[in-house]
Parts: sequence; C-alpha cells; structure tokens
Amino acid sequence: MLLIYCPYCEEERSELEFRHGGDAHIARPTNIADVTDEAFEEYFFLRDNPKGLIFERWRHIHGCGRFFNAARDTVSDKFYLTYKAGEPKPVIPGVSPATEKTVETYEATEGTAK
Amino acid sequence: MADQALRKPPLGRSHGGSAGARVTPAAPATRLSLRAGADAIGTLSLAFGLELPQRPKTSASVGGRHALWLGPDEWLLIDETGADLMGIAAGVSALHSATDVSHRNVGITVSGPDAGAAIASACPLDLNNGAFPVGAAARTVLGKIEIVLLRTGEEDYRVECWRSFSPYAFGLLSEGAEDAGL
Repeated sequence: MLLIYCPYCEEERSELEFRHGGDAHIARPTNIADVTDEAFEEYFFLRDNPKGLIFERWRHIHGCGRFFNAARDTVSDKFYLTYKAGEPKPVIPGVSPATEKTVETYEATEGTAK
Repeated sequence: MADQALRKPPLGRSHGGSAGARVTPAAPATRLSLRAGADAIGTLSLAFGLELPQRPKTSASVGGRHALWLGPDEWLLIDETGADLMGIAAGVSALHSATDVSHRNVGITVSGPDAGAAIASACPLDLNNGAFPVGAAARTVLGKIEIVLLRTGEEDYRVECWRSFSPYAFGLLSEGAEDAGL
C-alpha cells in the first residue's frame, strides 16, 4: 500500500484517503480579462507532463480534507516530500527537475512516424 | 389512516458480529459539523463545555459529549444525551459555522477483543495502541465508504457513517468480525 505523508495530519496515511489535484504552483493571471487568448490557453490548458520530478496538488479528501503539495517522481511513483499549500516550491537534494531531454515529447517519439 | 409519522432507525434493532467483536447500532445522538478559525476555539470550547482538540487524530469527551478533530479547522461534535448542540452554537457570537448533521450520520459500535481486527479488515488506518490510542479519532475509509472512527475504549470503537451507507458499513463490519475470529 502506498503511504502518503499528510503535512496537516502529520503522519503517513494510506493512498486510499487521497485524491490527486493536478499541477501545483500554477499562478492565476492577476487580471484574467487582460491576458491574450494564447496566454490564457497556456495558463488554463497546457501542462508539461514531465518524466521524473513533478510538483502536484493532492487532497487528503477522506482525512483532514486539506489540499497540500507534493513532489513526486512520475516514473517510480515515489513521493520525495509533501508540504503545506502556500509554501514555496522546495529544492529536493539530489533530484534534478525534469528537462526537455527527460520528457518524451510527441516530436521525439512519434514525430518521424509515417 | 395513520395520523402520525413513525421514525424508523436505519439499522433497526439489528445486531451482528462474532463472539470476539460485537457490532451494534449506536443509540440516536445529536451531531454537529463545526468549522471555526483559531480565534473562535476558546469561546466555542467554553460554550460546549469541552476543550476542542487542536492536534491531529485527537478527541475530547465529557459526559457523553465528544468533540472529534477532523481537520485543522473542522470538528465533529456528537452528544449521546441528545442535547441541543445547535442551540448552544447559536448562542456563540464568535465567527464559526455549525451544521446539524444528527440525522445524516449513523453510529455503529464495535466492541470486544477482536474489535480492532474487525475494523482493520476494511480500514487502512493503523489501529495499534501506539498510533491510535483510546480517545483517538480520525476520518478515514471503510471499504468503499468514508467513515469517522473514534476509539472510545481499549476494546471499543464507534464508527460514524452516512445514513444511506449504514447497511453497507454494518454488513462489512459484521463480516470483518466473523473473519477476525477465525
């Protein structure tokens, strides 16, 4: 059973109590009416889908009910750490963020497919 | 023609379990879903006559009234004597939100030497004495449903679930109690 540390309950709880909440640290434009359609699309729809380290929102929905953020590896499913919502993106020692090279883009994998 | 409506308890007079873990419906109680910020905790604690717990997985109990920590600003209050919790909350001027959930929830008590094992058959929570001592409380899952679990004694637990889920919870706990005795 995958255990996830809830920073509000201050202990590891079963994954059954949690729900995934999408990418973390997505900043909403200060005046959403002023942004261009392209900028809105970027903010609203486009996500990086990295291979490796990702920062995500999770919710302890069947526990304390709180949203928090987690740093997770999308390949091994390992949770590096979790932290309370509103806290800055942490630096994780020994783990480098996902780059263009680690991401399997469509162009890289299927771009030349006939 | 019937001139009055009869209230039927959702689990009736059913009883289940095994020799090691008895599963019985708890008596009707009044319940309150309470949300409040840190500055209102003192005033609310005074009004309800018990200290609202502020540590995760803890509860406070005084004379049949229980306050269970559910989240950093959320509590479930249960009064087994049927006291008017809404009336008490209405008299508190400090900013808070109180919702009467007396009839939303159904309580099920599980007691006996195998009570912990019966609940653990469907609940991922660590119920060992070190992690979940007497007085501990948590919202968690039981099989496919969400429950609130309160450990009222060394071999006694109270399971709170939503009314329409109560036959499922009762059946699952009874099965667990039988399995725990094997």
